[in-house]
Amino acid sequence: MAQLLAAQGLRKSFGDNHAVDGVDFFVEQDRLVAIVGSNGAGKTTLVNLITGLLAPDEGTIVFAGRDVTTLPVFGRIKAGIARSFQLVNLFDLMTVLDNVRLAVFTRENKTHQALRLADRDRESEDEARGVLADFGLGDKWNVAAGGLAQGERKLLDVALAYALRPKLILLDEPTSGVGTREKSQIMDRIESVVRSRGLSAVIVEHDMDIVFKYSDTMVMMHEGRVLAAGAPEEVVRDERVAAMLGRTAAR
Amino acid sequence: MATLVVQALNTAVYTAVLFLIAGGLSLVYGVMRVVNLAHGNLYMLGAFVMAWAVGGAATGVVPPLLLLLLPVAGVTVGLVGAVIEPTLLRPLYNRAEEYQLLLTFGLLLILEDAIKFVFGPTPLSASTLWSAFGPISVLGSDYPAYNLLVITVGGVSAVLLWAFVYRTRFGVMLRATSQNRKMAVSLGINVRALYVLAFSIGCLMAGIAGAVIVPVQGAVLGMGVDALVLSFVVVVIGGLGSLEGALAGAFIVAVVRTLAITFFPELELAVLYLMAAAVLVTRPAGLFSRSSS
Amino acid sequence: MNDTAVTAARPAKPVPAGAYLAPLAVLLLIIPYVAPAYQTILLSYGLAFAIAALALNLLLGYTGLLSFGHAAFFGAGAYAAGFMGKYWNIGSMEVFLAAGALSGVVIAALFGIVCVRYTKIFFSILVLALSQVLWSLAFKLFWVTGGTDGLRVPTPTLLGGLLGTPADKVAFLSHQYYYYTLGVFAICAGLMWLILHSPFGQALQAIRDNEVRAEFIGIRVRRYRWIAFVLSGMFAAVAGTLWAPLNGLATPEALYWPFSGEIVFMAVLGGFRTFSGPIIGAVVFNYLKAYAVGRTEYWQLLLGVVLVILVMAMPEGIMGALGRIGRRVRGES
Repeated sequence: MAQLLAAQGLRKSFGDNHAVDGVDFFVEQDRLVAIVGSNGAGKTTLVNLITGLLAPDEGTIVFAGRDVTTLPVFGRIKAGIARSFQLVNLFDLMTVLDNVRLAVFTRENKTHQALRLADRDRESEDEARGVLADFGLGDKWNVAAGGLAQGERKLLDVALAYALRPKLILLDEPTSGVGTREKSQIMDRIESVVRSRGLSAVIVEHDMDIVFKYSDTMVMMHEGRVLAAGAPEEVVRDERVAAMLGRTAAR
Repeated sequence: MATLVVQALNTAVYTAVLFLIAGGLSLVYGVMRVVNLAHGNLYMLGAFVMAWAVGGAATGVVPPLLLLLLPVAGVTVGLVGAVIEPTLLRPLYNRAEEYQLLLTFGLLLILEDAIKFVFGPTPLSASTLWSAFGPISVLGSDYPAYNLLVITVGGVSAVLLWAFVYRTRFGVMLRATSQNRKMAVSLGINVRALYVLAFSIGCLMAGIAGAVIVPVQGAVLGMGVDALVLSFVVVVIGGLGSLEGALAGAFIVAVVRTLAITFFPELELAVLYLMAAAVLVTRPAGLFSRSSS
Repeated sequence: MNDTAVTAARPAKPVPAGAYLAPLAVLLLIIPYVAPAYQTILLSYGLAFAIAALALNLLLGYTGLLSFGHAAFFGAGAYAAGFMGKYWNIGSMEVFLAAGALSGVVIAALFGIVCVRYTKIFFSILVLALSQVLWSLAFKLFWVTGGTDGLRVPTPTLLGGLLGTPADKVAFLSHQYYYYTLGVFAICAGLMWLILHSPFGQALQAIRDNEVRAEFIGIRVRRYRWIAFVLSGMFAAVAGTLWAPLNGLATPEALYWPFSGEIVFMAVLGGFRTFSGPIIGAVVFNYLKAYAVGRTEYWQLLLGVVLVILVMAMPEGIMGALGRIGRRVRGES
């Protein structure tokens, strides 16, 4: 199976805090990888390094055969990496449709068009509506993003990343802050969209039920390092991981 | 040699005044994250109060006694600040910070005319105080003794302020609040009272700056608006929120200004503003900043 | 400035814009024939300021950047006209406008390189400080700029003399020049409206709402901010060029930072969250200031109080307040 993303020897420190301390991280094509670990394990930092928000102190990141280690954010997006955020990050004053349509505009390099009415672009609007339908947000198209319920906001955040038609999508805690039933609904949506369009995905998750149900590979992080990686059932049987999970099971 | 001494002393005078104004601005920002566009007009208020008081004082009063009016002017401006903060600034803390700029701009307009209303539209002079001190011989040149007083006031204020912020209990609370407001509240610090006090001190400094320099240059409407931009240059260079930065920035600006006046008088102001821009390009947080941006 | 209540970006519009734009357009067209010359000229001032306020709002309302230095561009536009007149003996308004627009672009491009790295208060202060560079140059280099006396701006020829040459200056200003100003205003407002409703405009609004997310949608935030800054500077300069013949003089006051504050005042007064807010704000402010200056010598106090009340009680400005009233009248929440 082709390796889509290969990050090796990644290190990132903030002063004395070694947030990511020598991490090798791989994503195969068409796989859904879950990153788990307690708070402060370095999960979000790893995602930030891969997506370009942070530059690594050491290490390389190769994506689709290309070295993207020093590529800035917009370069990585053009290369096919997109993300959603742990704390939902939307354009609150714009409508749901406008949010997604904007992602379509940037993907199609239309954002430099200053003398064309955005509303006249039927093509982009139709595509945006299509994405909204995929995520079950179609009927909320005219609501300001800030006015949505939390679960819907989470989905919109993912939809924005998805609309960029990435090859790899990284979702940072896509189900946090919502009830158990909604969690499954959100993950069902995400999984169906990801699988049906041939995307590869990385999900940072705390909920082990979700990890077991939806992910192909599980990577367990602790204090900036990878403890174990592999199929969820196998990883869980690893002694160190079991100890870790025992400690965090109380959450 | 003589001119060099005079230039150096003039630079020190300018440094002292700039430090007082910019230091007040920086202190307020450091503690409260407020940029007060009317700060320059508080400096102007201090100048007018002092000039009016000096002018109104009975003739024959010994000049050194007139110096007592200095803290009076300063405190007056500080009290104005104590009124402004709870009524006009406090409601804005939860709003986007651009609103403070708008409000303090409105305040600037109000103060400009309020001062005109109270003190009249013509400039006021306190030069009698200045000339009463006469010249003093410094390294062979004659130099106005009053100017040395200005330098002293600046220096003493810097020391007092430093001691206040770094050596007193109140100073500890001040620094704690400026670094982490929520934490300060949960530690039981009365942040509201602290804010009023910090703002008043900032205004007091501006007031003293105006009061101490007015015998040298007079009180003129519009001087506040000019002073404000200069103080911005100082805090940009030295770093917003840092007292040492305000001192260093004031010194740098004063030196550049003295040099510019000597060699390129037309470009004097332009050079200063460009310098601010240059600093920002190279060291965005200012040379000495410690405040989180 | 996102802290006020979030409302739907596209609320139902039972009253189409055309319904009140048409009578307004008619009114604007017939004013020189029904009102005294003084009023028409005053309105011309208002229209010029409206362009400046719209330009400012391109940055403020749509990109989320508050500039306290727009006087630099406005003044540059005015001085461009002055320089054309004094040093090249040109009297054509079209050349004035071209020179003004160019000055705005160049200055904004330079300022922008430094300024767009910053946001919020630091941005505002930085633009203010840079705008003062221009003011100080105009002030000190008096042999070039006329210093505090300023540069005389001759009454220009419009469209190469097609609209008649100025004989009676007042009649010219209140008729031909008024229509010219109206035309330039319509063009500038139209262009800005188009730009803000284009994909580029959407990108700017995204940058305003959420800079990080905009970056992660693939928008080059700093570059777009710079472009917005340059556009804003260009239109503000055109406003200044339009203003100069009305004022007859290009003076350092037009470059002085409190004037930048007035432009901000205009945008906020009208309502910076809407497109038309700055237009209303500029016209109202212009009348307000003219009234205040005529009635009392303490007009700054009056304006200051208005601004304070605006910020404390009515931050969404006139258009915001009207919008709220309109919704209440229609029975919506």
